[in-house]
Amino acid sequence: MSTNGPDTPHVPGPSLWPIGFAIGVACLLLGLVISWVVAAIGAILAVVFGILWALDVTRDVRGHVPAIAPERREAAAIQEDDGPEEPLPAYSRSRFLEASLIGLSAGMGAVLTLPVLGFMVLPSFTNVDEEEVDLGPMENFPEGEYVIATYLSKPEQGEVSRRTAFVRNNGMSEAGDPSFTILYSRCVHLGCPVQPNGPIDEDSITKIKNVELRPVLAQSFGCPCHGGQYNAEGNRTAGPPVRSLDRYSFSIRNGKLILGELYAVGNVSGTGANATISKYPWSVPGTHVDGLEAWLYPIVPSQVTG
Amino acid sequence: MATRRTRKQNIVDLAVLAPLDWVEERTGAVRGTKWFLLRNVPRDISWAQTLGFATLIAFAVQALTGAILAMYYKPASEIDPTTGKPLAYASIEHITQDLTLGWLVRGMHRWGASVFVILLFMHMGRVFLFGAYKYPRELLWITGVLILAMGMLMGFTGYLLPWDQTAYWATVVGINLNGTAPFAGPWLSQFLAGGAEIGSDTLAKWYALHMLLIPGALIALIGIHLYLVARLGITSPPWSQEAAGRERPVRKPTGERAGLVRPGSGRK
Repeated sequence: MSTNGPDTPHVPGPSLWPIGFAIGVACLLLGLVISWVVAAIGAILAVVFGILWALDVTRDVRGHVPAIAPERREAAAIQEDDGPEEPLPAYSRSRFLEASLIGLSAGMGAVLTLPVLGFMVLPSFTNVDEEEVDLGPMENFPEGEYVIATYLSKPEQGEVSRRTAFVRNNGMSEAGDPSFTILYSRCVHLGCPVQPNGPIDEDSITKIKNVELRPVLAQSFGCPCHGGQYNAEGNRTAGPPVRSLDRYSFSIRNGKLILGELYAVGNVSGTGANATISKYPWSVPGTHVDGLEAWLYPIVPSQVTG
Repeated sequence: MATRRTRKQNIVDLAVLAPLDWVEERTGAVRGTKWFLLRNVPRDISWAQTLGFATLIAFAVQALTGAILAMYYKPASEIDPTTGKPLAYASIEHITQDLTLGWLVRGMHRWGASVFVILLFMHMGRVFLFGAYKYPRELLWITGVLILAMGMLMGFTGYLLPWDQTAYWATVVGINLNGTAPFAGPWLSQFLAGGAEIGSDTLAKWYALHMLLIPGALIALIGIHLYLVARLGITSPPWSQEAAGRERPVRKPTGERAGLVRPGSGRK
């Protein structure tokens, strides 16, 4: 600030008053929307700090300049080995400012980006509740025959949520409860839509709200993508699938068939109502749920923990 | 004759060089452009070294056609009640069949995607066979591999967008393939599907990945890749008889010598 030549433009002295002035202006603008009291306070702040700032800026024009010594950081690297090294203070002011600027920026960056990244990732894991599905009266399912049932798993999402189940009424079990075999249509190889190997009875299609029932003459299922084949119990008979078709748990309420949660099936022995099913928590297609392979490959958390 | 030439030079000075000087003084753009474009290359380079630039052009075509296709495409799985078709599929049909030149631009984007990936692999093969990944170009290879991964992700995410049966089931298979990965697999597939299965938000998510997030990363990586190409230059082919590069002072590796950044650990 000593010489004001063309190459050293005049720089006003450092001043804190602009901060107060800015707060005052912000208050004033906010007050225009909220209430006149805030606006008045803002106006007073702006005027007071504006005057203080003006006084500060015009100080050298009015003739007394506070001498502020420029801070110098000791340059250790420039000193060669010959000079005796003076111990530097652990934290100079500029080091402190540097560190706090970096720390504050990192904190602000985290506050900004973490919720955004969370919004990108979390809804896929939190908003996944599926409601139970009502497939209608049990009488619509003739004993010993498969019926293709399609339904909307999330009706508000529309056709994109349409799922398909193969439902077979097994009659009464030995214990006297109604028994159903309900297979999920997705192949347990890589999730393609498994098709029944038989003709669909197009004449007797039943439609109830979002549910469509189509009887089919089939005792086996096949996947069009990579040739996986399953028998009537959902056991793999050929192709790449690594386990049996996934099944739904179910319940009967007021004579209606209600679909519950999906579960994975290792293997089914026996048929129909007398079948013994090795149940496992549902797992991604293509993953083993039982045997040595479930431990060797691939390592999927639900199998290890579940 | 002499006066005429001077007048011509004056005009060129005034109309071209003076404005360029003005820009150069403020930005350094002219020097930068010269540094980037006017480089020495080995005498015995061939068409093989143009594959990288060809890949860049293929990417530029994809970016341009993609940006324009985005003006007409609708990433929505809802069924249009009048046509009975999903909006996304119907908008692709509209682009291909109704809109003027839409078939061409969509075709450029669809086939250009394959061209881009094929060129990526050819360029990679050239670099591998010529040994152009060796010192000091290791980071060029690494950024190139990341670009390749991004290119494959572009293909994967773009394949769903037509929202037809092929696209849908191929993507189901792709998501489930990711799902079988150890440890992270199930979470990865659930993130990609936006839930347990593909739902109403999935298409928009893949559209955003395909045209915003992955291209952003891709463009940044291409920028780094190009900067390194300009900085390090092009290698001569392995059969070259001529020494490449300019004369440099021979440095003795002493084990303890100072690096470009790190200081020496003591007396040499």
